[in-house]
Amino acid sequence: MTVLDGSDVIGPGDEPEPMALVDIDDVGALQVLRRGVAESPELKEGFWGTVVRALGVAGSKLLVPVTIQLIIDKGLSGDEVDLSKVVTFVSLSALLLIASIFLERATYFRLGCMAENVLRGLRVRVFSHLHKLSLAEHTASKKGVLTARVTSDVETLTRFAQWGAIAWVVDSFQIIAVLALMTYYSWELTLVTLAVHIPLIPTLRIMQYRQLRAYDVLRTRVSETLGSISESVMGMNMIRSYGQRKATRERIDQAIDDQYKQQMSAARYFSFIIPMTDIFGVVAIASVVGSGVWWGSSWGLTSGELIAYIFLVNLLLSPITQLGEVLDQTQTALAGWWKILKVIDTPIEIPDKNFGPEIQTGPLSVKAEGVEFAYREGDRVLHGINVELLAGSSVAIVGETGSGKTTFAKLIARLADPTAGKLFVGGVDLKEMASQDRRSAIRMVPQDGFLFDTTVAENIRYGRPEATYNEVEEAVHSLDLQPWIESLPDGINTLVGERGESLSVGERQLVALVRAQLADPGLLVLDEATSSVDPETETVLEHALERLAEGRTTISVAHRLSTAERSDLVLVFDHGNLVEQGPHDELKENGGVYNKLYDSWLGNTRENSDGSN
Amino acid sequence: MDGVFRRAAKLVARSFRLHPVPHILAAMGANIFSFAVVGFTVVIGRVTDEVIIPGLDQEGVSGKSVLIGMGAIGIVGLSRGMSIMIRRWFNMMAVARTQRTWRKSLTYRYLYVPMKFHWEYPAGKLLAHTDSDVEVATSMLMPLAFAMSVVVLIVVSLFSLLVVHPLFALVAVLLFPSLTWLTRSMSSGISGPAAQAQEEVGKLSSIAHESLEGVLVIKTLGREQDEVDRFEKTASDLKDQRIKVARVRSNHAPVIFALPQLGNLILLLLGGWLYSQDAVSLGEVVRALALFSILALPMQILGFLFTQIPQSVVAQDRIDGVLETDTEKEFPQSEIESSAIKFTNVSFSYPVAGQSDHLVLNDLSIDITPGETVALVGSTGSGKSTLVSLLTGLMPTTKGEITLGDCNVSDLGPEGASTVIAPVLQETFLFADTLRENLTFGRPIPDGEINRVLQLVEADSFVFELSNGLETVVGERGMTLSGGQRQRLAIARALLCRPKILVLDDATSAVDPTIEAEILSNLQTNPDRTLIVVAHRLATIRLADRVLFLSGGKISAEGTHDELLSVPEYSALAQAYERAGS
Repeated sequence: MTVLDGSDVIGPGDEPEPMALVDIDDVGALQVLRRGVAESPELKEGFWGTVVRALGVAGSKLLVPVTIQLIIDKGLSGDEVDLSKVVTFVSLSALLLIASIFLERATYFRLGCMAENVLRGLRVRVFSHLHKLSLAEHTASKKGVLTARVTSDVETLTRFAQWGAIAWVVDSFQIIAVLALMTYYSWELTLVTLAVHIPLIPTLRIMQYRQLRAYDVLRTRVSETLGSISESVMGMNMIRSYGQRKATRERIDQAIDDQYKQQMSAARYFSFIIPMTDIFGVVAIASVVGSGVWWGSSWGLTSGELIAYIFLVNLLLSPITQLGEVLDQTQTALAGWWKILKVIDTPIEIPDKNFGPEIQTGPLSVKAEGVEFAYREGDRVLHGINVELLAGSSVAIVGETGSGKTTFAKLIARLADPTAGKLFVGGVDLKEMASQDRRSAIRMVPQDGFLFDTTVAENIRYGRPEATYNEVEEAVHSLDLQPWIESLPDGINTLVGERGESLSVGERQLVALVRAQLADPGLLVLDEATSSVDPETETVLEHALERLAEGRTTISVAHRLSTAERSDLVLVFDHGNLVEQGPHDELKENGGVYNKLYDSWLGNTRENSDGSN
Repeated sequence: MDGVFRRAAKLVARSFRLHPVPHILAAMGANIFSFAVVGFTVVIGRVTDEVIIPGLDQEGVSGKSVLIGMGAIGIVGLSRGMSIMIRRWFNMMAVARTQRTWRKSLTYRYLYVPMKFHWEYPAGKLLAHTDSDVEVATSMLMPLAFAMSVVVLIVVSLFSLLVVHPLFALVAVLLFPSLTWLTRSMSSGISGPAAQAQEEVGKLSSIAHESLEGVLVIKTLGREQDEVDRFEKTASDLKDQRIKVARVRSNHAPVIFALPQLGNLILLLLGGWLYSQDAVSLGEVVRALALFSILALPMQILGFLFTQIPQSVVAQDRIDGVLETDTEKEFPQSEIESSAIKFTNVSFSYPVAGQSDHLVLNDLSIDITPGETVALVGSTGSGKSTLVSLLTGLMPTTKGEITLGDCNVSDLGPEGASTVIAPVLQETFLFADTLRENLTFGRPIPDGEINRVLQLVEADSFVFELSNGLETVVGERGMTLSGGQRQRLAIARALLCRPKILVLDDATSAVDPTIEAEILSNLQTNPDRTLIVVAHRLATIRLADRVLFLSGGKISAEGTHDELLSVPEYSALAQAYERAGS
C-alpha cells in the first residue's frame, strides 16, 4: 500500500539528474556496456554472486503478501481457526525476513563497493591517459571538455551507480517476482492488472521525459541567474560608477523571476507524476477486487489470494515508476560513459621511451629536416621546415600570430611530434631520445607562467625535484633574483595561490626562469610573454633572462624587437613556412617579410620613446 | 539542539509570513491526505468483510455491492491522489517563492551595500549565498507540510487502530517511532562521510582543473606521473568516504525496509489470535495491515526533517549575515554646475587584519580646472586607482573632501557623480549582451553617434567586421574580444555618456601603442572635456598639460613631464617605463 514517495523529502534538487540529453542511439547501449566492462575489470569481480543475492532480496519483498494469503486461506478460513498454522507461517516468515535483512545488507554493500572501485579505477585511468596525450589534444578550446571528462562525466556515472544501477538489478527482479506470484495465484487477474497498467507505461514515459526536459531548462535558467548575479559582482565598479545599479537590479530580478517560472513549470510534473501512478494503482485495485469477486469462484480464486493480490499491486507499481526514472538517468550515464571511453581510445602519440643514445652536456645543436605539422582535425600549420642551429647560439623565431612559430618551438621541446620530417637535438633524433634524458637536456619555458598552488621554493623545485634547498637558493642567486625574493611577504616560502595568482604575471615568469635555471638544460626554448608586465618587473625579468641564456643554446619565440636584435640568428615564419633566416641586420637590409615586421614594431614602440633620450 | 529548533521555527514562520497562501493550501492538501489514507484502509477493510469474503468464501454478493465497493475504493483513492497533487504543487510554490524572495533581497544588498563589504567577501562566496545557501535554507520547507500532517496522520491512524483493537495500536506505538529514529540515525551517520566525500570531489576537481590547466608546464617538466599519483590518492580518499556512506546506508536501509514488514507479521499473528477469539473481523485485520504498510514513509519523513533542520538553519544564518548589512545611504539628486575638481586634504586608509590601518592617501590636495588634461603618475601601489575610486564616489574618503563644482562627492554618491564623470577602469567589464547594449546601457542612441565614437577609439573596423556588427553578443559562440578591443569598447561606452570628465585608469594598457596614441589625440580634440589619465607609457604622459606625481600618499611633484624629469624619483620611474616600452 505504499503510495508515498521519497521525493517529498529530497525535493526537486535531487530529481532524476537530467544532464544534457545526449543521444547515444548511434552507438547502442550494448556496445557502450561491452566496451565499458572491458575497460573496467573491477566490474566482473563477484558479479554473479551479486546477481544471485539481488534475486534473494527481490524475493523477500513477497514475504508479507504470501504469508497473508497462507494465513487467510489455510489458517483462518473454514470452520475451525487453526492457530498453530498461523504461528508456523508467521515465525517462518519472520525468520526469512531477518535473514533477508542480512542478505540485503551484504548486497547493497557489495554493490556500493563495486561501484566505487569501478569509478575510482575509471577516473584514474582517464586522468592518466589525458596526461599521456600529446599537447596537440590539449588545445585551449578542449581544455574545459577534457576536465569535464574526469569530473562531471564521472560524477554522472557515480549518481547512476549509486541509484540507477542498483535499481535496474533489484527493481527488474522485483517486477518479475511479483508478476510470477500474481500469475501463480491467478493468471486471469494478472491479465486484468496488466491491462490497467498498459496505458500507465506510455503516459509515465511521456511525463517523465517532459519532466526531464523541464529540469534541463531549469538548469539553464539557474545558470543564467547565476551569470547575471556574477556579472553584477564582477562588474561592480563599472555598474556603480555609471549609475547602472537600478538597471542591473531589474536585469537580475528578471532572471530570478524567469527561474521561478521555470521552477513552477517543472513542478507541474513533480506534483503530477506520483499521484498519477497512485491513481492507476487504485484503479488496478478496484478492478482486481471487482473482477476477482465476480468471476473469482469460477477461476478457483481464494479470498486470501485476492487480498494478497491487493498488496501485490503496490509492490508492482513502485519499481515500475522507479525504472521509468532510472531509464532517463541510464541514457545520460551511458552517454557520459561513452564520452569517457572515447578519451581512453584517443591514441597516445608520444610513448615514453626508457633508453636512448647518450646526450652530451653543454649547449646543444638543433636540426630540422622537412618538418611538417598538422593538428588531428585541421589544416597543416608547418610545411617542410629545414634549418640548422649551432650549439650555443641564440635564436629568435619571429612571425605574425598563426605563422607557426610557437608550434615549431613546441615540436623542438617534443610537446608533440612532427607529422612528417625529423628533428635532431645534439645530433640525436628526438624520437630516439630517452624521455628522462630529453627532459633534462631540453627545457621549455612557456609563456603562461602557470604555477602550482604551493610555495615559490616548491615551484622552483619542480624544475628538478631532487634539488636541495641550497641548490634552489643558488639558482635564485645566479639569476640575481635575491632582492626580488626578499621583497615577497614570506621570501622564498611565499605561497603563490591557485595557478600562482597571488603573484603578478611578471613574477610568475621569474619563477619559471629560476625553475629552468635549476634544471640546467643544454637547450632552452623560451616562449616570450605577450601580455604586458609592469615596468619595474620587466627590467628584472630581462636581466634574469640574459643570465639564464648564458652557456646554452636558446630558442626564443620573440614578441619583442629587442629580443630579435640581440639574437645571433633570426628565423622568420610566415604561414607555416620558414621564409627568411639570418642575423637581424642582414634581414633588415633584405627588405622582405622581416623588414615589414620590423617596421611595424618600430612604429609601435620606438616612435614614442625615442624622443625622450 | 533546543536553540536549533527555535531558530528553525522562526525560519518557517518567516517563510510563512512572506507567502501564507501557498503554505496554507499545501498544509490543507497534506491534511486531506492524512484522512484519505486512513479512509482508504477503512474502505479496504470493509470491502474485505462485505464483498471479498462473502463473494469468494460464502454465499456470494450482489453485483450492486461489488460496484459500490469498487466505487468506494475509486473515490477515496482519487481524493488521496488529488491531495498529494495539491500538497506537492503548493508546497513547491511556497519553497520557490521563498527562494525567489531571498535571492532578490540578497542581490539587492550586493548592489547597494558600501564597497568595503565587497573587499571582505570574495565573489564566489556571494554567489554561493544566492545559489546553494538559498537551496539549503529552504530545503527544510520541502518536507514541512507533509511532516506537519504526519502528526494528524498519526492521531487519526492510532484512533483507527484503537477502534479495531487496542493491541494493534500498541504494536504501532512500539514500532513506528523506531523508524523515525532509524532514519534520523542513518541520515546523520551519512552526513559526515557524505560531506567529506563532497569535499574530496571538490579537491579532485580542482586537481583536475589545475593539472589540465597547467598541462604545458607539467609536460615541459615531465611531471605527469606525479600528477597522476596526486589524483589517484584523492580518488582513493573519495572512494573510501563513499564506501563509508554505503556502509551506513546498507546497515540501516534494510532494517528500515524490513520493520513495517515485521510489523505486518506481528499483526498477522495477533490478528489470527484475535480472530479466533471473535474479537476482530478479517476485514479489520486487513485494514490494520494496509495502514501499517502506508505509515512507514511518513515516519521516515519526520526523520529526514530532523536531519535537514540544522543544515537549513546554518544556511539561513549565512544569508541573514548579508541581509543584516546596511545599504548605503540614499543620495539626494543634485545638479552639478561645473566640472571643476577639488581634493581638499583627502586621506584614505583601509583596514588590514591584525594590523593598523594601511594609509594609502595622506592629506592630499588637488585642483583640476575644466578642460585640462592631467596625467597621474606613480609607482605600483601609490594610490592612483584609489584616487580614481574616491573621485567617482565609489568609496568615501577617510578624511577631507572632494568637490565637483559646488557639490561634495560624498553627497553625490556614484550615481550622482556619474552624471559628469565617466571612468574607464583597468579591468574592463562587458555584460554578456549585445555590443549595442554594452555601449548604450539601453539608451536610444542613434547609430551615427555610436559609429562616430567607435571611430574615435579606433574600434569601428573590428566591430563592423563582426558578422552581426553591433548586435553581436559578447562571449557567445567563441566571440572573444582581445584585451585591447575590450578596452577600446569601454572607452567608447564612457564617451557615449557624454561626460564632462573622462577618467582613463590604465585603460589602454592592452591597446597597441600606436593605436593608443591615436586614440588619445582623438580624445583631446574636445576642449571642454577634462581628461584624467593614469598611465605607464611615456607617450601618453607627454600628452598631458600637467603631470601629477603621486608618491608617499601625496602629490609629491607636479608640472609638465619635462619639468618633472629633474625630480630624481620621477625620472627613475620614467626610465623604467621607457625600457619596458622598447
